Amino acid sequence: MALQSGKKLPMFIGHIWSKQKSRWTLLGLRLLAFLAAAAATLVMVLNKQTKTFVVATIGTTPVNLTLTAKFHHTPAFVFFAIANGLVSIHNLVMIMVDLLGSKFDYKGFRFPMIASLDMLNLALVSGGANAAAFMAELGKNGNSHARWDKICDKFGAYCDRGAGALIASFLALALMLLISFLSILNHKLVNSSSHNSHNNIIALPN
Amino acid sequence: MAETKRIFTFLLRFIAFCTTLSAVIIMISSRQRATVLVFSFEAKYSDTPAFKYFVIVNAIVSIYGFLVLFLPSKSLLWRLVVALDAVFTILLTSSISAALAIAYVGEKGNPIAGWLPICDQVTKYCNQVKGALIVGFISVVLYMLLFLYSLHTVLNPLLLEKS
Repeated sequence: MALQSGKKLPMFIGHIWSKQKSRWTLLGLRLLAFLAAAAATLVMVLNKQTKTFVVATIGTTPVNLTLTAKFHHTPAFVFFAIANGLVSIHNLVMIMVDLLGSKFDYKGFRFPMIASLDMLNLALVSGGANAAAFMAELGKNGNSHARWDKICDKFGAYCDRGAGALIASFLALALMLLISFLSILNHKLVNSSSHNSHNNIIALPN
Repeated sequence: MAETKRIFTFLLRFIAFCTTLSAVIIMISSRQRATVLVFSFEAKYSDTPAFKYFVIVNAIVSIYGFLVLFLPSKSLLWRLVVALDAVFTILLTSSISAALAIAYVGEKGNPIAGWLPICDQVTKYCNQVKGALIVGFISVVLYMLLFLYSLHTVLNPLLLEKS
């Protein structure tokens, strides 16, 4: 089949990638991305560890200091939690729209809207995941030049849970990259050129 | 109409290239020697992996921006430019957010972890890093605009066809 750009695809791609199969693949990927982002948010928000240190000994009684490591002490982790929360909401809304909202289409505006929102949320989750990753690296290795000690040897469980949340977020990032790419490819492959002529109506004013 | 659009995008790409290049230069040239108590130490951008990542990503994006400036407007490589715009915009957002996170710790410290802020000891270094981050943020905004514009041209095929 021919794309509207004039290029012809090999015929076997049209046979493998039918419309129904692609729709369910995308839906499954979106569900996975939603679960990964939601898991990252939950693990990060519920991340907390309390530990008691003995800082001095006066006579025979030790002086204790209780420290709690919570995620909201670090703004990068707050941003991480908010970004992943927003991304999971976005994926949930996209799943709902895909399942229930096949009638919502304003002059062919649906596909550019979905593609743009996908890309914007991809940028959001990449920002959140990366900021948290570098903060976690600082917590794990410290910074000898700034005299910042590492904290992961003291708050091991906090660090481990944070690492789990980070892994889930990077998984959501990879899945969203795949989803954006596949959704655009799917739209170009499956729709005929007569459908794409509707897109000309929605040209932004130049 | 198409002519003004081409000039406008060329100008936007040129300004975006300038901002990424200046972010790299400002960050690389930020160093300060300070004396605390008896020993002196030097604060450089390469002490922190987040700032190193920021410099590397902005260097790559400025090279890409420089090459795209010379792309003839009728070339078929503009489709690749659309995809690469997406990738590099996302890389830029990740680099600026990482650098901002570490710079925040440097400015305000983290009392729970026992990390003291270092900005009052190396003020010149801190201000220069802040300047580099501001320029980096402007470049992120510009690349977002360019990316949204490329997305618009891809999804509206009228502009990509040779007319």
